[in-house]
Amino acid sequence: MTSFNAALNAAPTLCPPPALHFAEVAFSNLDKTLFGPCSFALEGAGPTLIMGPNGAGKSLLLRLAHGLLVPTQGRVSWSGDELPRQAMVFQQPVLLRRSAVANITHALAVNGTPRKERRKLALRALERFGLAACADTPARVLSGGEQQRLALARAWVLSPNVLFLDEPTSALDPAAIRAVETAVREFHQRGTRIIMTTHDLHQARRLASDVLFVVGGRVREHAGADAFFSTPASREAQAFIAGELVE
Amino acid sequence: MEDNAFYVALSLLINLDATLFQIVWLSLQVSLLAVLVAALLGFPLGAAVALWRFPGRGAVVVALNALMGLPPVVAGLTVYLLLSRAGPLGEWGLLFTPAAMVIAQIVLVLPILAALSRQKVEELLGEYREQFVSLGMSRLRMMPTLLWDARFTLLTVLLAGFGRASAEVGAVMMVGGNIDGVTRVMTTAIVLETSKGNLALALGLGIVLLTLVMVINAGAYMVAELAKRRMG
Amino acid sequence: MKKNLTLILAGLTTLGLAAGASADDYITLASTTSTENSGLFDAILPQFRDATGIEVRVVAVGTGQAFEIARRGDADSLLVHDTAGEQRFVANGYATERADVMYNDFVVIGPASDPANVAQARTAAGAFSSIAEAQAPFASRGDDSGTNRAELRLWENAGVEPGGDWYRELGSGMGPTLNTAAAMDAYVMSDRATWVAFANPQNLKLLFAGDEVLFNQYGSLLLSADKHPHLKHDLAAQWHRWLVSEEGQEAIAEFRVDGQQLFFPNAK
Repeated sequence: MTSFNAALNAAPTLCPPPALHFAEVAFSNLDKTLFGPCSFALEGAGPTLIMGPNGAGKSLLLRLAHGLLVPTQGRVSWSGDELPRQAMVFQQPVLLRRSAVANITHALAVNGTPRKERRKLALRALERFGLAACADTPARVLSGGEQQRLALARAWVLSPNVLFLDEPTSALDPAAIRAVETAVREFHQRGTRIIMTTHDLHQARRLASDVLFVVGGRVREHAGADAFFSTPASREAQAFIAGELVE
Repeated sequence: MEDNAFYVALSLLINLDATLFQIVWLSLQVSLLAVLVAALLGFPLGAAVALWRFPGRGAVVVALNALMGLPPVVAGLTVYLLLSRAGPLGEWGLLFTPAAMVIAQIVLVLPILAALSRQKVEELLGEYREQFVSLGMSRLRMMPTLLWDARFTLLTVLLAGFGRASAEVGAVMMVGGNIDGVTRVMTTAIVLETSKGNLALALGLGIVLLTLVMVINAGAYMVAELAKRRMG
Repeated sequence: MKKNLTLILAGLTTLGLAAGASADDYITLASTTSTENSGLFDAILPQFRDATGIEVRVVAVGTGQAFEIARRGDADSLLVHDTAGEQRFVANGYATERADVMYNDFVVIGPASDPANVAQARTAAGAFSSIAEAQAPFASRGDDSGTNRAELRLWENAGVEPGGDWYRELGSGMGPTLNTAAAMDAYVMSDRATWVAFANPQNLKLLFAGDEVLFNQYGSLLLSADKHPHLKHDLAAQWHRWLVSEEGQEAIAEFRVDGQQLFFPNAK
């Protein structure tokens, strides 16, 4: 266990994030089963990194968990009485044709935040993610890294219990990657469950507390990060970590 | 000199011909009001068709697209039959008034605004849907967001609608009656002068009309460019 | 802010438009293009307004459409030139009264070169059969208007059934038909008023006139209050009476274009 990860796991959270349960969840279209059936539970504090080769079904898993897709079989459920507040950050940041701050106030408006407080909260979030100077800049004019941080700032103001991230840094330069990863850690420190896909092994090593390894539409392994990286159980995981191409 | 349409157009404008200005002002009022009302109805309609699945949706899309080519005289005839005293809405006494002309032009312009906004909103929806669902937006809530996001395209759509309205003669002639001083607009005046054989004057009026429409388009273009530069 | 301004503008415009529609006293008169295009109404309506304070709003359309508008109750009064049609209108109960107001005549127009030698004809029937024989291009209105029906009657009298390449049925009003005839260098029958006021004759000239059969009578109709109680019958009656009154008849007689009198009052 790396010292950083140890520190993460030791950090006290405000209250444990809601647990996610997949019970025999599958997703098919007309003729093919694209994902599952799979069962697993995310009960630790996270962050959970979902890894696997391209086309393995990582994004599908994420969307099934977030509710963007409805499973054709099985059940997705959360611990607790109510559905937890969730937010998602996509691979390509999805921003409106408005200024940076307006993107955030829009999310707050949807959320039902009173008009008077929106700009204030939005500016605060922008500051936290280092975007205060860009508040009135058109969002689409920002750099890739800035846009992704804006997407994270927008998620931040909604105080989600769960944050889904779909390969958020695959298109970014190292400095931007570092900024995004720092942001992810801030969410985690606040007590948000992090569920993130990546195809970058090193990023997974940096961030993961536990790993879901997905190949061919099925969850091959679910293990703590250290265990996964040192002694992967499945043949595909071993090959993947060794850097080989896995089908 | 008086045979040249350009000179005629110029002299009409320079002499500040009162009748001309009255006709131009009425033309603007009718077409602008028609486009405004059609937009208030048509943009939400287009967005709604883009956002909701319902039985017969395909037929609605096809119908809207097809009605973009509704012949103005057919629209005029239909509205005439509705507003005529012998018709269902005869009580309102709207026939041969500018209000009837506005109604007929709304009928013409509404499909254009609805069909084109539907297409644009559908396109944007492809880009935004997952994020919007993630943010917890209902489809109703998505509507104003998508329409505002599409505003630059929608401005062009508005101009297309205005172009159609200000250019047509079949509808306003039928329901307005081309009454001197009351329902005579640029296009019907052009038809009248042509029928009197005053071809240079008719063409001169046509040039005035074109110039007006061009000025409006230029204005809209500049506004859009300024906004775009600020918005990115 | 922008939204508010737009709404205010829309509201004002609607008011303006509505106001334009409901000015003081006015009646809607369905009439034909010949009376409008010639400029007659521009000349006599102001006089009527001065005398009575009533504004007359003219909807100038083809005769057939004018009858239809009146039949539907969309006009308060009717002034057309199709005596047979007018009498039928009264017989069917849509109008209570019909009155002769004025007359003029139809004239035969054609290219200056006059290939069918119409200028030498002694009767209208003769002129028409010359045209048919020469198979010279002839532009017909073809729109079942009063003028068109008169034209067809003349072909019948000449013993000709018009048809073939040279006979072109345009389905148009008088003005557009004249425009087309001018461009085609074709013969055409027109009412004198429209012809005299027409500004695009190109190569066309008036070649034949004066035969009795070319007589063109205009009549005013008083519409039935029973069929359409909502119409402004009082105001329309004032108009109807003024037309046949000394004042109205004088106004019609005084109207000239290029020094020519176009309409001849003949109220009884």
